[in-house]
Amino acid sequence: MTTLVATIEGIGYWSRGLPSWEAARAFATNGAVPADPPARPLPQLLAPNERRRAPETVAVALDVALAACAAAGREPSSLPSVFASTHGDLSITDYMCTTLTGDPRTVSPTRFHNSVHNAAAGYWTIGAGAMQPATAISAYDATFAQGLLEAMVQLAAGHEAVLLVGYDGGSAGPLARISPSEGLLGAALVLSSAPGDGWPQLRVSLDDGAADAVGGALAQRDQANAMAQMLPLFDALAVGQRLAVLKAGHGRVLRVEIGHV
Amino acid sequence: MLPVAVRAYTATTALGRGRNAQASALRERRGGLRRNDFGSDPLDCWIGRVDGLEDLALPVELAEWECRNNRLAWLALHQDGITDALDALVARYGSDRIAVVVGTSTSSIGASEEAYARLESGPDGEPRFPADLARSIVHTPHSLGDFIQRATGLRGPCITVATACSSSAKVFAQAARLIDAGVVDAALVGGVDTLCGSVLFGFNALQLVAVDPCKPFDADRVGLSLGEAGGFAVLERAGTTTSGELQLRGYGESSDAHHMSAPHPEGLGAQYAMRDALARAGIDADDVGYLNLHGTATPANDRAEAIAVDAIFNGQLHASSTKGWTGHTLGAAGIVESVIALLALESGEMPGTLNSVASDPICGPQIRFDNARTDTLRYAMNNSFGFGGNNCALLFGRTP
Repeated sequence: MTTLVATIEGIGYWSRGLPSWEAARAFATNGAVPADPPARPLPQLLAPNERRRAPETVAVALDVALAACAAAGREPSSLPSVFASTHGDLSITDYMCTTLTGDPRTVSPTRFHNSVHNAAAGYWTIGAGAMQPATAISAYDATFAQGLLEAMVQLAAGHEAVLLVGYDGGSAGPLARISPSEGLLGAALVLSSAPGDGWPQLRVSLDDGAADAVGGALAQRDQANAMAQMLPLFDALAVGQRLAVLKAGHGRVLRVEIGHV
Repeated sequence: MLPVAVRAYTATTALGRGRNAQASALRERRGGLRRNDFGSDPLDCWIGRVDGLEDLALPVELAEWECRNNRLAWLALHQDGITDALDALVARYGSDRIAVVVGTSTSSIGASEEAYARLESGPDGEPRFPADLARSIVHTPHSLGDFIQRATGLRGPCITVATACSSSAKVFAQAARLIDAGVVDAALVGGVDTLCGSVLFGFNALQLVAVDPCKPFDADRVGLSLGEAGGFAVLERAGTTTSGELQLRGYGESSDAHHMSAPHPEGLGAQYAMRDALARAGIDADDVGYLNLHGTATPANDRAEAIAVDAIFNGQLHASSTKGWTGHTLGAAGIVESVIALLALESGEMPGTLNSVASDPICGPQIRFDNARTDTLRYAMNNSFGFGGNNCALLFGRTP
């Protein structure tokens, strides 16, 4: 296939105990952890009442998205966005299924509209005032790789810069045995077609093969989260490795070559 | 964008299986809605239900994906020469050069609902799924994409797009980008959504479900009727153009940036999406002959969409909502109504709007309740809008 190229202009990261990309990079390079990290990500873009109502998965997605835009110096409203999540919000799925089994006429309207897979994309565009396109995808354990591919082809189609967000939360109830996922994890990239100035360059291509079985420090730390599939890339970015291999579905991989500055 | 050829297309809805069933029901103004008979405690409303899904079974080698949604996907996939068209493209390009991009709103959450209704007590005393539903793949959104990939053997990028009711319109845009960028040469796109408790009781909680069959753009409309459907289209980079070829000519995507479950009051995001689709195709609004509206029959959607359409198109446009025939098929609405737009391009027969009698005064002259026919249709558009203010407009054309 054609190799696609992009510049990373900004990175956002949030996991319990590692509430920023700086913290994640420090952990990946020397095992350092920050003292007294916040228990919950802060979706600063949302109005206070929406901040309380927003599910955790939405909060983490908006936190890392805003951090990536700030690092890139890009206005959040100016970017088209790709939201990649394996399961969406599993705790809302558990709530919907439990309520439907008990008294279906008591389903909460707010939790129903928060149950859509594009909830984070919706809250982001509302909070950022972004009328740019937003999409929400899933591809099981290839979700992040397919999200990265979609962001790269959006650049190829003429967008100057694109926001990519990967996130998943914890599972709940009887669903947790079948769709296991633990913790709360999000990471975001602002990708640009402009030549980089002090930022890493990505070269991306699809191939046959298998992703690395043993990951780096970030991948091992959050291996129980369904979005751990994206962590080989963030480990590589943190420690300056030149290649990350991401699962791209059934015997396929996305090879991401990284040109560090 | 470069045009993308549509090599095959199909839809299966409450109107029946395949394209001809849709075309004849539209022509004869024969709706597919029935009184809600879905589930053990049905709400008082009307639904667009696909007959016979309960009697189907997936082939044994696909039993892991067994559920109502994937059964409808399998049924829809085997209409109107979709698999033959895919075989020809695999022979030409190889299976790893063909993408699968499919849309859904709730995928197979109906299987999760059933598992919760039939929970068993495990050896540790904790509730667990019954053995026949303890299959991870049907309890996650990518159930649909993974099933289609396995059922077709395609090995290109495989993605499930889940942006609520714009999902299976946006698949055309994503596939066109993958083709344009040279990642693949062709794509199977489509969408499937099936009736389930989540959407029936969820939309009911939002007070958006009508007790009587939905009446899009009627002054007295009160809400939507839900439906289920599946459909697919086979896309290929357009080569040497032949006369009468159907093509995707443009797509437009936007966000309302307004509210999670209510549209922008003047349909500003919808206007951006329609204008973007026209610009990408390089044509004027006056060149479009037919527009299949999102037209859910909720008071807010139809008002916003009517304003948006009137801001862009002149009175010559024939615009209609076909949700009175099929119900609102949510994540499948994009593909179903793209199929209806493509049927109009092929036959010149343009559906009106079913069940609606008195036009809302907000409607411009574009919005039609009666069917019509024309011999001059070159371009047809389809609007799909979803929760979160997620908008997509697709522009299809037929070469002279």
